[in-house]
Amino acid sequence: MLGRVSVFDDLVGQDSVVDQLRGAVRGAGHLLAGGAGEGMTHAWLFTGPPGSGRAEAARAFAAALQCPESPDTGCGRCGSCHQVLAGTHPDVLYVRPSGLSFGVDKTRELVLRAASRPTGGRFRVVLFEDADRATEAASNALLKAVEEPSPRTVWLLCTPTAEDLLVTIRSRCRLVTLRTPPTGAVVDLLVNRHGVDPGQAAEAARAAAGNVERARQLATDPAARERRAEVLGIPARLDGTGACVAAAARLYELAEAEAKATTAGLDDQERSDLKAAFGEGSTGKGVAKAVRGAAGALKDLEEQQKRRATRIKRDTYDLALMDLAAFYRDVLAVQVGARVELSTAAHRADLQRVASASTPESTLRRIDAVMACRARIAANVHPQIAMEAMTAALYQG
Amino acid sequence: MSSASAPPPLSVVVGDEELLVDRAVAELVAAARAEEPGVDVHDLMPGQVTAGKLVEVTSPSLFGERRVVVLRGVQDLGKDLAAEVTGYLTAPVDDVMLVLVHAGGAKGKALLDAAVKAGAARINCAKPTKSGERLQFLKGEFSRAGRQVTADAAQALLDAVGTDLRELAAACTQLVADTEGRIDAAAVARYHTGKAEVTGFTVADRTVEGRIPEALEQLRWCLAVGTAPVLINSALAGAVRGLAVVAQPQRGVPETELAKAAKVPPWKLKTLRQQARGWTPKGVARAMAVVAETDALIKGAGRDPAYALERAVIEIAGARNQR
Repeated sequence: MLGRVSVFDDLVGQDSVVDQLRGAVRGAGHLLAGGAGEGMTHAWLFTGPPGSGRAEAARAFAAALQCPESPDTGCGRCGSCHQVLAGTHPDVLYVRPSGLSFGVDKTRELVLRAASRPTGGRFRVVLFEDADRATEAASNALLKAVEEPSPRTVWLLCTPTAEDLLVTIRSRCRLVTLRTPPTGAVVDLLVNRHGVDPGQAAEAARAAAGNVERARQLATDPAARERRAEVLGIPARLDGTGACVAAAARLYELAEAEAKATTAGLDDQERSDLKAAFGEGSTGKGVAKAVRGAAGALKDLEEQQKRRATRIKRDTYDLALMDLAAFYRDVLAVQVGARVELSTAAHRADLQRVASASTPESTLRRIDAVMACRARIAANVHPQIAMEAMTAALYQG
Repeated sequence: MSSASAPPPLSVVVGDEELLVDRAVAELVAAARAEEPGVDVHDLMPGQVTAGKLVEVTSPSLFGERRVVVLRGVQDLGKDLAAEVTGYLTAPVDDVMLVLVHAGGAKGKALLDAAVKAGAARINCAKPTKSGERLQFLKGEFSRAGRQVTADAAQALLDAVGTDLRELAAACTQLVADTEGRIDAAAVARYHTGKAEVTGFTVADRTVEGRIPEALEQLRWCLAVGTAPVLINSALAGAVRGLAVVAQPQRGVPETELAKAAKVPPWKLKTLRQQARGWTPKGVARAMAVVAETDALIKGAGRDPAYALERAVIEIAGARNQR
């Protein structure tokens, strides 16, 4: 992280967005000085494909808005910038829904907190990641706050596409559209920032197909690489209906294991923290009564944890399904002889085999099957059933 | 247990089948009454039992009247009360006949063990779990009434009424009152029809065997008795999964692994193989797609889960023999 001269340095291959945001930060400076504040506004919507760095862009923008040192770019070195980037700045409210959706109660609370004046005298920024997870009622509760916030409040919403939000919210925001970062820029980032060796960085960047976060994970986490290799090995192994069932069961197991690995330690920690907060294990007058009250809170916590686990599982399925879709996209590219970058080039033998054994039509049908499976899992179909239907369709072609 | 012999001074009735428990207790009380018609009966639920009450009912009486004390649900007695009862067991009173009713299981087992050790007569009243045991119960019911029942009639009655012993006993009493002579299937069919307990598994089995009329009938019964559509569909999914595993097994996978993949016990593979006759890989793939569609339809993509399931049954059965 050394040698940073601006908080915007972390945005990979997003030059036009950086220009737009810099202009806005300059405008914000004028606004604070009592000027018209041209280029700045109170509500922003960051959109872009997964992994293009929506949240990073919003965070960098927030840091630049709060930075007292270098008011037009955000220095990235002062205390304020560090606080914003680390998620501890007192005037930046971070909202990151951990469950499948974000409800209206939490939204109302958020609106209330967003209305207070900034403590540091610059801006009060609300950074709402995955704003598309807000329910319809929650979105409606946001409307008024986003349209006419208190003078120094700035809303930064992040969604994959502008269509994911209510049209009434969309029309109240200025749009910041990030593009899929080019592979070269992602490789540079991995090599320069994370010290990954260039060969591995290139492979990870290709595999992630523009998803910076995924590229970082693939480049730095061997377990993630293994899981991806296992998923990509599925198409070549589908030689019968029995194998279809086994492959679906394996995908299911992988997701369960992933969710468990991520949440197990966290769940226990949270539970014992909550119990401690209610005074379990201590002695004295009134403790028994307080501990009794913990049961309800504990139940709420477990409910939340379950929702979080569901979301992690869904995200894991989604990752696996996107890898599969990428594989068949590459199969199609091989079949029609397109000269494009193959994101699953490492599995060339499988690609060639599947490509020569099927027609482009059946490849398209297979991609459809993968997408149908994603839609089904999102519609709450039991993941194993959805994936069995998918592997069977992949097998049939 | 005949009421002629003298009832034991201490007995434990162990089990969770209420009907049998009630009968056993009633028989014990009747036996005591037969010996001495004026006997005092104290039938106590756990909530009514206090230390004072226990002492009151178990202390020697001035005029030596006999008493029957029935303690229900002794597994729910508090620690102190249980200790009180255990204490009594070591020093029983002559003219008190004590009956402890215990639900079975691990709760309050210490008290049960103490009673058995003190020489209690044990009467088992566990719920019958196998259908053979239930048939035996039915036959017993009819022979108590001095009647005979044919095997198919007993089975038909069991199918129609279900597994609750109290309901079965009531149905037997009714049949005994309504008919004469030997009870046969026709007599049962006249008063009882249909299926009280159908599971999604029956529906799924009939479906993959391609027997559409039976499958649809079972499905209707199943929905009528309130089985959740999601469960029926997951039974269908399980049956189709089983087909997929045995129809085209993975190479080099041992039987035990196959059974695990199909999520059935190893001995059921044979049934599965029988069911898999007539299924082509294409048909299985189609059936898997139908199951996934149906799951979505049940979970909100469709309007009527019952319709979605009927469609699934017809489509899956139709996928059989698909070339």
